[in-house]
Formats: sequence, structure tokens, C-alpha cells
Amino acid sequence: MKKTEYSPFSVLWREVVKDKLALSSLLLLSLILFIVYGASIVLDQEEIVKVDLLSIYSPPSAEHWLGTDYGGRDILGQLIIGARNSFTIGLAITLLTGLIGLTIGLIAGYFGGVIDNIIMRIIDFILILPFLMLVIVFVAIVPKYNVFTFILIMSAFLWTGKARLIRAKVLAERELDYVSASKTLGTPDWKIIVREILPNLSSIIIVNLTLNLAGNIGIESGLSYLGFGLPESTPSLGTLVSYATNPDVLQNKWWVWLPASVLILVMMLCINFIGQALKRAADARQRLG
Amino acid sequence: MVKFILRRIMMMIPQLFVLSVLIFLLAKAMPGDALTGQLANNPKMDAQTLAEMREKLGLNDPLYVQYTRWIKNLLHGDLGLSYVHQQPVTDLLAGRMWNTILLSLCILVLTYAIAVPLGVISGRWQDSWADKLIVGYSYVSFATPLFIFALIMLFLFGFKLGWFPTGGSVDIQLEEGTFDYYISKLNHLLLPSLSGALISTVGIIQYLRSEIIDTKVKDFVRTARAKGVPEAKIYSRHILRNSFLPIAAFLGYEITGLIGGSVFLESIFSYPGIGQLFLQSIMQRDYSVVTALVMISGLATLIGTLLSDIILSVVDPRIRID
Repeated sequence: MKKTEYSPFSVLWREVVKDKLALSSLLLLSLILFIVYGASIVLDQEEIVKVDLLSIYSPPSAEHWLGTDYGGRDILGQLIIGARNSFTIGLAITLLTGLIGLTIGLIAGYFGGVIDNIIMRIIDFILILPFLMLVIVFVAIVPKYNVFTFILIMSAFLWTGKARLIRAKVLAERELDYVSASKTLGTPDWKIIVREILPNLSSIIIVNLTLNLAGNIGIESGLSYLGFGLPESTPSLGTLVSYATNPDVLQNKWWVWLPASVLILVMMLCINFIGQALKRAADARQRLG
Repeated sequence: MVKFILRRIMMMIPQLFVLSVLIFLLAKAMPGDALTGQLANNPKMDAQTLAEMREKLGLNDPLYVQYTRWIKNLLHGDLGLSYVHQQPVTDLLAGRMWNTILLSLCILVLTYAIAVPLGVISGRWQDSWADKLIVGYSYVSFATPLFIFALIMLFLFGFKLGWFPTGGSVDIQLEEGTFDYYISKLNHLLLPSLSGALISTVGIIQYLRSEIIDTKVKDFVRTARAKGVPEAKIYSRHILRNSFLPIAAFLGYEITGLIGGSVFLESIFSYPGIGQLFLQSIMQRDYSVVTALVMISGLATLIGTLLSDIILSVVDPRIRID
């Protein structure tokens, strides 16, 4: 009975370590996050966003490793702050939508009946909405717009997929004998949901959250690229990429937009590769080890 | 079957209603109304006449009255007046709508043209180097955000190599209707639609691959093989036949993605379609145009999912509810 290593987490972990691509992604991502969060503590944000008219659009040099933008601001510094903001906010949205989706999915799936019906109709409705356009409209008309309203607006749309997934799993799970046994013993519903069903869903939840994290970073930076993402006081990686809307910058000043684009791409690829490995781990037939 | 379609359409009605109420309320929440724009253009207008005109236009009526009027106008194809352009929204939309539909069609055609052969190769020669390459490509394309991919495509093929035009939908000096005009139009479409298509293939490739892998070991395929049917025919007549219709059904679900994608693609390639118009309108606070566009996109998505559900129910009787 000492084999505790078969907990869902150890299975997930073993799969990531077995998969070389996922393991190197994990290492690379950790390295990037370590540098980004470490450096952003040391870096002075005031100093970075200060306009320096003497060094507008200077190419990479010893002083500015990645050159400067139209305001003479250091790109590398903005890259680090932007990556920190994009990742943190992507993570916040993922966790918030995870929490909402999980709660609603569990309730709909476990209780079924009218509650399930109502919840599913609402989810069906939200899924057919033109998501991107509505987010942009909300961002444009919300008064006192800031990072928290942005997170809330995004979360208001993005919880639905998770709720649907969790509901489907719970529907299958609640038919199993251990749930009926618990019910017969008189265990309260909330206890069955939290203590017994939830642990059985943990690997699916982790996989889903990981893949969503990558997606959310992409959506956030995309919206920031269009000018409807993070407010100006919180630069994002997408803000740096958006300088490329100026054809001159896109064509001749690659150091302004290319590093941020590559960084978004690398982060999303790493998270996705980790997520794919986790997904295989959650499905016993596809495991490598 | 007919019963299913009817039920499915009935289900759409409450969705349409809620959608229209939501958009109406959003439109009401947007700052400014139909007269704010005219106020800016006409300095002679004073507060009193403004108030009178508001009354006359019914802007002081209770919300439900305004809503019914809005819906009535909508059903008559009257989408209101653009404050910025001072012309009916319908006129403003007409040309751009075509451009966006054209772009979306090109993306769809290219997506299927790229994804179907790749999916078939990948499933037929499972675990070969080609399969590994294709699966690798589909992972990478799944993780790549559209706007970054499109920017890099524009940078490489538009600016660095100069193979494609870098903006617009057609060369301005060309006359409409000539042969060169259509060639130029196609040339302008190619890079944006290729950028959109190359990274939206993942769903179809993965579906086809796993379908083929599952199907090719089934009994009816073994029977066909035992009868001596040539391998190529086994694929075209027996295996793929089952997979193609569900793939066609993905089409309707793609519409949401296409609308979102058009916002990015059109802004990056400065392509004059409704995505670009949407961004411009929201920046210029031209809210009647914004409202109309959101309503149209919502409607398009609804119809798209309706079509997909119907196609799928033809293919797979199990999902019919009746």
C-alpha cells in the first residue's frame, strides 16, 4: 500500500518528464518566467516608460540591447514588463474562468434536471455570441476601465467551455457506483461533489487549464495589439507588437515588434507542448510511460 | 428529419430574441445617440431644438417602445444612420460585406485544400516521417496566434520578398470589371487568406487523421481488401466517404472564428472589409455601425451553427432529438 506515486499529479508529472519536448518546454518556460519575474522586480518601470527624445528608434546597441521605440524607450525593459503583465493576466483569467466553470459545471452535472437545463441554455447562448467583437465593445464602453474590468470582461465569456466540459464529465461520473454508495450512506451532496467527484476530475481540469492559459495569453495580447486589451498604464506584449501597425516599423525596425512576437509565440508553444503531454497523461491509452 | 430541423429553428428564436435585446441594451449603454453626431456637424443647433428633435425621434420613449421600433426597422433592413459618415449603415456595409465574404470564402477553400490532403496522408501513413511532420505542423499552428502569424507573413512575403501587395483589396487605378481587376483582387486576397488558412487547419487534420486510423482496421475495410479492391479505391470509396460529410459540417462552426479572424486580418492587411470597419467605427465612436455589425455577426454565427447541426444530423441520426 506504499505506492502513493500513482496519484493523478504524479502520473501527469511522469508523462511530462518522459516527453522530451514537453520537458524542454517546461524548462524553457520556467527560465523565461524566472528571468521575467526576477528582472521586473529589479527594473524600474518609471525609468522604462520615460520618453528619451535623443534615442528615438535606435537599433540594438550596448546601451539598449534590443533598441528603442518611437519614444526612445528601451524595448528590452518593455518586453520584460509586458511579458510579466501578459502572463500574470493570462493566468488570472485562466484561474477565474476555471473557478467559475468548475463550480457551474459541477452543479449542472451533479444535480441535472431543471438547473442543468437552464445553465446549458445560457452556455449555448454565450457560445454563439461573436466573442471578439463583444469584448471590444465592452472594453470601449465600460467606464473606469482597468486591468480588473478587463479580466472580468474576458472571464464573462470564457468560462462556458470549461463548464460544458466539467458538466459532461460529472454526468458520467455521477452514474458510477461510488457516488450511489455515498448517497446511500447519507453523505451530503456538497461533500460528494467536493471530496469524491472533484478529485477524479483533477487531471482533466489541469489539462484544460494549461491549454487555456496559452489561449488566454494569445487572446489578451491579440486584443492589446488591436488597442482593446490592457489599459495603457499596463503595457502588454501585444502593445509592443502593435507598433508594427506602422508599416515603417514593420518593415525597417524589426527590433521593436519581432522580439515581442517571438516571445508570445515561444511562451504559447511551450505551454501548449506541456498541455499536450498532460492531455496524453490524462488519457491512459496514449501515455508514453 | 423535418421535425428535427423545425425544432432546431424553434430553438433559434429565443436565442435571436435574447441576442437582439442584449445588443439593443449595449447600444443604449454606448455614449451618445443619433443626434450627438449632428450636433458636432451643425454648430447652429441649440439645446432646445435638440431636445425637440430627441422627442420627435422617440429617444425619450420607454425602452420597450424603442426596442420594438428598432426591431421593426431591422426587419425592414434599416440599420440606422452612421453618425460619422452621415449615410445609412446599409450603404456603408454593402461593399465591405462583399470583401469580407470573399476573404472568408478564400480562407475556407484554402483551409480545406490544405487540411484534407494532409489529414489523409497523416492517417493513411500513420507514424511515417510525413505523419510526424504533419502532426508537428498542426501542433505549432494550433499554438500560433493569428495576429502574429499574419504580421510575420506580411513582413516576409509582403515587404521583404515583395511577392504580394501589402494592403488594400484591389489596385486603385484598375477599372472594375476588367480581367486585370479580378486578377489584382485575387492577388490582394492571397496573402491574407493564406495566413488565415495555414493556422486553422488543425481541427480538420486531427479529425481526419483519427477517423482514418480508426476506420482502416474495421471489418468492412478488411473485407474490401480481401476482395482485392486496390488500396487507392479502399480509401476513396470506403474510408473517406464516411469522414467527408462531418468535415463539411465544421464549416458552420468556423463562422465565429472567421468573424474574429477578419478583425485581425483586415486590420493587419488594411483590407477594407467589415472587420476593419468595425475597428474604425468603434474608435470613431460611430456606434450605430458597431451595433449593426455585432448584430449581423451574431446572426451569421447563429445561422452557421444551425447549418452545421442540420448537416451533422443528416450524417448521424443519433443526434436528432426527436
